[in-house]
Amino acid sequence: MFAFIARRLAQSILVMAVVSAVAFSLFNFVGDPVNNMVGQDATRERRAEIRLQLGLDDPIPVQYVRFVSNMLQGDFGISYRIKQPVDKLILERLPATLELVFVSAIISLIVGIVAGVYTGIHRNSWISRSILSSSLIGVSLPTFIIGIALIYIFAVHLRWLPSSGRAGTIDFGWWKTSLLSLEGWRSILLPAITLSLFQLTMILRLVRAEMMEVMQTDFIKFARARGLSERAINYGHALRNTLVPVITIIGLNIGGLIAFSVITETVFQWPGTGLMFIQAVDFVDVPIMSAYLVFVAILFVIINLVVDLLYAAVDPRIRIGNA
Amino acid sequence: MSELLKITDLNVEFVTRRGTIKAAQDINLTVAPGEVLGLVGESGAGKSTIGNAIIDLLEHPGRVSGGSVLFQGEEIRGRSEAEMRSIRGDRIGMIFQDPQTALNPLMTVGDQLVETIIKTRGYDQKRAVECAIELLEGVGIDNAELRLKAYPHQFSGGMRQRVVIALALAGKPELIIADEPTTALDVSIQAQILDLIKQLCEERQLGVIIVTHDIGVIASIATRVAVMYRGKIVETGDVAQILGDPQHEYTKALISAVPRADKKYHRFEAVDYIEGGASRKPIDIATHWLGKARHQSEDETPAVSVKNLDLSFTLQSALLKKNRKMLRAVNNVNFDIKPGETFGIVGESGSGKSTIARLIAGLYTPDRGEISIQGQSVLGNQRDPQIKQARRKLQMIFQDPYSSLNSRMNVMNIVAEPIRFYKLTSSEAETRQIVGDLLDHVGLGAAVANRYPHEFSGGQRQRISIARALATRPQILICDEPTSALDVSIQAQILNLLKDLQEDLGLTMLFISHDLPVIRQTCDRIAVMRSGQICELAETEELFNNPQHEYSKHLLGLMPKLDLLG
Repeated sequence: MFAFIARRLAQSILVMAVVSAVAFSLFNFVGDPVNNMVGQDATRERRAEIRLQLGLDDPIPVQYVRFVSNMLQGDFGISYRIKQPVDKLILERLPATLELVFVSAIISLIVGIVAGVYTGIHRNSWISRSILSSSLIGVSLPTFIIGIALIYIFAVHLRWLPSSGRAGTIDFGWWKTSLLSLEGWRSILLPAITLSLFQLTMILRLVRAEMMEVMQTDFIKFARARGLSERAINYGHALRNTLVPVITIIGLNIGGLIAFSVITETVFQWPGTGLMFIQAVDFVDVPIMSAYLVFVAILFVIINLVVDLLYAAVDPRIRIGNA
Repeated sequence: MSELLKITDLNVEFVTRRGTIKAAQDINLTVAPGEVLGLVGESGAGKSTIGNAIIDLLEHPGRVSGGSVLFQGEEIRGRSEAEMRSIRGDRIGMIFQDPQTALNPLMTVGDQLVETIIKTRGYDQKRAVECAIELLEGVGIDNAELRLKAYPHQFSGGMRQRVVIALALAGKPELIIADEPTTALDVSIQAQILDLIKQLCEERQLGVIIVTHDIGVIASIATRVAVMYRGKIVETGDVAQILGDPQHEYTKALISAVPRADKKYHRFEAVDYIEGGASRKPIDIATHWLGKARHQSEDETPAVSVKNLDLSFTLQSALLKKNRKMLRAVNNVNFDIKPGETFGIVGESGSGKSTIARLIAGLYTPDRGEISIQGQSVLGNQRDPQIKQARRKLQMIFQDPYSSLNSRMNVMNIVAEPIRFYKLTSSEAETRQIVGDLLDHVGLGAAVANRYPHEFSGGQRQRISIARALATRPQILICDEPTSALDVSIQAQILNLLKDLQEDLGLTMLFISHDLPVIRQTCDRIAVMRSGQICELAETEELFNNPQHEYSKHLLGLMPKLDLLG
């Protein structure tokens, strides 16, 4: 177990080294940072001075080492545009994104698993068929179109929910939440549903396929032959056996949710890190872009580690030590 | 009213798009308490269908179309799902074939037992746990209380089948239907499980229906036998009568196909009752291409020679040597195979017998030791033309006829591939001619060349594998359990074919099997293997009549007794 985690950590460090190298190269290849910082009319001497201050004249390896060691201390530099430390900016925006991802992950898990189990067991009922055909919409339409359609129906037409922004937040100082007020829930619902649709469809179809396969196995037949009830068979025996592959996909997908949230946050003007990233791209705000890259990579690595540990919890046959 | 179960005129059909298939027709059976009824037949005969029909668990689209099933005098056909559920487990228990897959891998054995006990007996949790411990002890599992917390994968195959039996007994059923309960197990475990079933049947006065394809199982456990053929029961009777004095033609053919451990036949008698149309059109070996590479019998160099062979597999890799776990799959093995003989290796699963076949065939490289084919060492640089030449003389036939043929290639290309690879002919027309001849020779007929493997039965596929192996004009054949996936009658045909080929072509064979009777019928000399080592190496007759090593004696003692066959 310990060896497993140690090995995984070593692999994670390698991944992070590669990602940080990419993030670092942004500084050198996406425009000239000095040009982005000073006005058009800055003098040649002023530019040289800033170059010296930022250490841009040092050899590349020296700059990289400095970049990494700053990063390790939580210093991601200062935003060119907003002139504030990037780490502070990200931490401020992080709660909005994490809450959005959390709510949409919960929606896609609950709806996806329940509908997947139902359609897996009642294969030919008309409800299953309509769930399956409507779920195709979830995968085939791009996120921003779904988002715009939802805004049109629920915000513009029915006027039930707000069309954009994050309202009703309660501030704890280190965390701003919108999950503790009705207003907050009203504003998070549409973006969360939009974000969840793609994952929901995937989980639904995966659970359904796994469920149908498990129902054909001998141990389900044996459970029937012992006279166990349908409920015990479906939920006690079959469902848990479908979960191992589902967990893998969920792990990858929560990372995907964070990546997709860039689009959803833009459509709904949700003040999270994704929106910040898009704005940073508009203004070539390289420190924010590179910090966002590193931050998403860290999340992916952590989620995958948790997923690997979860396997062992679900399936006793997987001995982590031998992995 | 002495009958526990009485089936009258039962019909089961499967309605498919291509028409209705009658899986069981006019079945009449009775089972009395304390009686073991053997239901024997080959695959597709409909024997499992009857077991499933009794407890109303037929797979879609199967349905019972007529007849009655009386259980303790009550009609149990046409009951509602809820009523059937209270019969299943409570009054009729079922034991499945493969203990690897019959248990839920994610639940502890205890949870599965307790759940079933609570459902069938209505006990509370605490009493159910006590009862589960009792049940496990009853089927011969030690430390039952501790083992409750173990998961199925922590049990060996035989122990798992005991757990399955405990589960089947959880509701105190009066009737047990055991569907091939020992087919997936080694012989020594098979004997234990059969003893256990028999003992439970006598102690508790259970009625048992044992569904099997194995005459040996029937001989050792059944009191009465029903023989099934193509959905019908062709003969029912006392076990001694059916095995000793069969009346129906099919029963006779089936019994004559059973390999005997007690005496050696030259070949199996006519067994064409089952799979017709397998008539061979042998080619004239003396003048044919195939016969031109025939081995010169004066040469006394061993066809295959193996010296100090060692191979370990890594079970757990680790940086430190002391933490590594290795399995010595083959441990210092030595033998020579004389030209023209059939050399058998017998052992239980995990004994390393297949590993040796793969080492000789070059699929694995040994850690240590020497392998030579007709005096030529075949280890080292595999591109060496001499080694290639030696390797070509050796071909392999695999166990599973379903996965050993490429399903995307037609039979022509499958058989022609080795000829083309080694460029053994001068023209494509000649290759095609030879493939046709080979297919004729193994009894398939040249006309099948354009068809694909999925169109053939298991036995026919094994014939394709044999034709493919012959295509390089080998002098040595390695047969790794070539018939263990086949029905007995098909097995008899394949063994006959191999014997004929050996005589015609002067082949040397290495024959690997777990099945002692098959080994006895096919081999001249036998090596008995256990845990990677050879315990005993002797002439066949010598080994069967006078085994020297303890383990050989033990294995021979476990063989089902077929004295009843007369």
